Amino acid sequence: MKTILFTLAAFGSAIALSGPAQAAGGEVREYKHNHWHFDGPFGAYDKEAVQRGFQVYKTVCASCHAVEQLAFRSLGEKGGPFYLDKCPAGVAETTNCSNPSENPVVKAIAAEYEITDGPDDSGDMFKRPGLPSDKIPGPYANAQQARAANGGALPPNLALVIKARHHGPNYVYSLLTGYEDAPISVQLAPAQYYNPYFAGDMSQLLKEEYRDAEGHPLEGVEIPQGGVLAMKAPLADGIVDYADEHVPETVDQYAKDVVEFLTWASEPKMEQRKSLGVVTIGYLLILTLILFFSYRAIWAKVDH
Amino acid sequence: MNHPSTYKPGTAFERWLDRRLPIIRFGADFMDFPTPKNLNYWWTFGAILAVCLVIQIITGIVLAMHYTPEKNLAFNSVEHIMRDVNYGWLMRYVHANGASMFFLAVYIHMFRGLYYGSYKEPREMVWILGVVIFLLMMATAFMGYVLPWGQMSFWGATVITNFFTAFPVVGDPIKTLLLGGPAVDNATLNRFFSLHYLLPFAIFGVVAIHIWAFHTSGNNNPTGVEVKDVKKDTVPFHPYYTVKDGFAIAVFLLLFAAFVFFNPNGLGHPDNYKPADPLVTPPHIVPEWYFLPFYAILRAITFNIGPITSKLGGVIAMFSSIIVLFILPWLDTSKVRSMRYRPVAKLWFVLFVIACVWLGYLGGQPAEGVFVIQAQIATAYYFAFFLVILPLLGVFEKTNPLPKSIADSVLNNDKRGAATPIAQAAE
Repeated sequence: MKTILFTLAAFGSAIALSGPAQAAGGEVREYKHNHWHFDGPFGAYDKEAVQRGFQVYKTVCASCHAVEQLAFRSLGEKGGPFYLDKCPAGVAETTNCSNPSENPVVKAIAAEYEITDGPDDSGDMFKRPGLPSDKIPGPYANAQQARAANGGALPPNLALVIKARHHGPNYVYSLLTGYEDAPISVQLAPAQYYNPYFAGDMSQLLKEEYRDAEGHPLEGVEIPQGGVLAMKAPLADGIVDYADEHVPETVDQYAKDVVEFLTWASEPKMEQRKSLGVVTIGYLLILTLILFFSYRAIWAKVDH
Repeated sequence: MNHPSTYKPGTAFERWLDRRLPIIRFGADFMDFPTPKNLNYWWTFGAILAVCLVIQIITGIVLAMHYTPEKNLAFNSVEHIMRDVNYGWLMRYVHANGASMFFLAVYIHMFRGLYYGSYKEPREMVWILGVVIFLLMMATAFMGYVLPWGQMSFWGATVITNFFTAFPVVGDPIKTLLLGGPAVDNATLNRFFSLHYLLPFAIFGVVAIHIWAFHTSGNNNPTGVEVKDVKKDTVPFHPYYTVKDGFAIAVFLLLFAAFVFFNPNGLGHPDNYKPADPLVTPPHIVPEWYFLPFYAILRAITFNIGPITSKLGGVIAMFSSIIVLFILPWLDTSKVRSMRYRPVAKLWFVLFVIACVWLGYLGGQPAEGVFVIQAQIATAYYFAFFLVILPLLGVFEKTNPLPKSIADSVLNNDKRGAATPIAQAAE
C-alpha cells in the first residue's frame, strides 16, 4: 500500500513540478509572478476586478481582439462579473435578475452593440441592438479583414488566451506591462514592437555591425531576450476611467484587471468547479474511511 | 480454476429462471470466485481499470450528445460543452483526465503483471488479451485527442499518421485510408469520431474475455505459487475483495478528483486551446504524457540500418516495443513466476521501470544532443530486458526457495511481522 501511495504521489508531484518549457523560439525573460485572486484550490475571482477588466477589454482590447466564445449572458451568470442575486431598486418586481437574460446590467451592455440578424420575412438581413443571448461581436467580420487592418498580423481571440498559453495569467500580465525600448543592437521594422516576454527570434534582427560576413552574430554579442510583435503597448496610465476612485489608473492595475477578466472568460465555471471539488473530495474522504474500516472488519479473521 | 457452483435458487421464480437462463447463478458464482487470500494492493488496479472504463464510456456518451464532429464546428462545440451545457465542464474534464488516469492505472497493472510473472503458463492468454486491450486503448486515446480539433489534435494526427508512410509500398495507401484523404481534414475527424465511439465497446468485450481467461486459470498471486487447497489458500471474491478493491478505488478516485477539480488542464497542452490551423505548425508537437515513452523510442532511431531508413527504423522500433509484449510469455524462461523469489531478475526489473520512466521524460524533450543518446541507451535496455535478460536469467539465475503454499507464505509473513518490533526494540 505504501509503495502504491508513493507511486501515485510521485506521479502527482512529477506533474506538479514539471513546469513545461515557457515558450518556444528564442529565450524569453522569466515571467513576472503576480499573486492572483483565483489562484489555489479555494481561489475565486475578484468580482470588481473582473468588472474593471471587462471595462479595459471593451475600451482598449476590443478594437482589435474578439472574445469569440463569450456571450453577453455569461456576464450575468453565477460566477460572472455582473451576476445579480436580487434586483437593484427601481427594477420591476416581476423581473428575475438572477436570470442572465433578464439581468438589467447585462441587457444594457448588450444593447450598446449592433447585431446583424435575419433574414427577415422579405429575405433581408437587418440590424438590431444586442440581446443577452448574443455572442459578444468581435471587431472584424473575418480573419482576412483582421489581418488587412493590422499589417498582416492576426490579433488572437482572447476568450481562451489564458488557457492557450503556458502560465497564461502571468504571461499576459508580463506581456502587457513588459514593453521596453528595443536594445540598441537590433533594428526593428516599422510597426514592430519589442517585448522581452514575447516568444521570437531576435538573432534575425541584429544590426549589420553585430554580425560577421555570413550573417552570424559576432562573438560576445548577446542575443536579446524576447521578440517583436505587431501590437504596440496597448495600455497607458489613465486611458481607462474607473468609477471607483480608490483604484489606481495605472498600466499595472489595468493589466491585472484585464487578466482577471480574461481568466474568467476562459474558465467561467471555475468557482462552480472548485466548490464542487471541495464537496467531492470531502465525500470521497469519508467514503474511503468507511471502506477502510469495513475492509479491516471483514478481513479481521483471515490470515493474509 | 472452475469451482463448484454454490448457488441454491431460493424462490420458485429463481428455480424457474435457473432452468432456463442461469444468469443469477452466473453472477453468484462470479462473486463467489475463490481468490488467493494473499493478493496485495497492486492487484486492486484491475478493478480500478474497470471503473476507469465505465467512467470513460458514460462521460463519453454524454459528451457525444453535445459534440459536433465537423471541422468548422468541433472546436466551438467543445467550448459550448464547457460553457453552456449543464455540468458539461465536469463531463469533459472527467473524460480528458480520465484518459490519463486510465493509462496511469494500466501501466501500474502491467508492471505488476511483469513483476509477479502473471503472463506465465497457464496465463499466457490473460496477458495477450491484456496487450490487445492496451493497443485498443492507445488507438482510442489517440483518436479521442483529435476530436477537440485544437492545434495539438490536428498536428498530433498529422505526425502520427505520417509514420505509416515509412513503410514501403503499403505505407501511403494506409495513411490515405486512415485519414480519408491526402491530409488531416474533415473526413479524418469524422472517421476518428466514429471509431472513438466504437473502440471502447470493443475494449469492453476484450475485457470480458480477459476476465473469463483468468477465471479459468485462477488469479496469480504475489508468491506465484498455484492454489493447492481452495479452503486454506483462497477466500471468496465477495466480500473480501469487493471491499478491498472498493477501498483502493476510493483512494484512486481521490487522486482523480484532485486533477479534475483543481488542476484539470495540468496534464493537457495549452496549444489545444487554439483551434486547429493547417497553416501554422506548433513549434513543439508532443503527444500526451502516456505516449511519451513510445515517442522517445520512435525518435531514438536516428541512423539508417542498411536499406532501413532512420524513419522506418523508428517506426519499426516503436511497433516492436509493443509486439515484444505479445511473445513475452515465451521469452521468460524462468520456472519461478514471482520475482519475489528471483533476486537477480528483481534488480533488472527495477532498471526496466527506470528505463520506461526515463523514456517518458525523454519523449517530452527535444530530440537533440544528449537526449538522443540517452533515449538510445534506454531503448536498447528496453529491448534487451525482454530479448536477452529474461531468456538468459531463466537459465543462469539461482532463485530463492518458494513457499510450500499460499497459506504457508501467509503464516511465515505473520512470524516475520511479529519478529520485527522486537528486533527494532533491540536496536
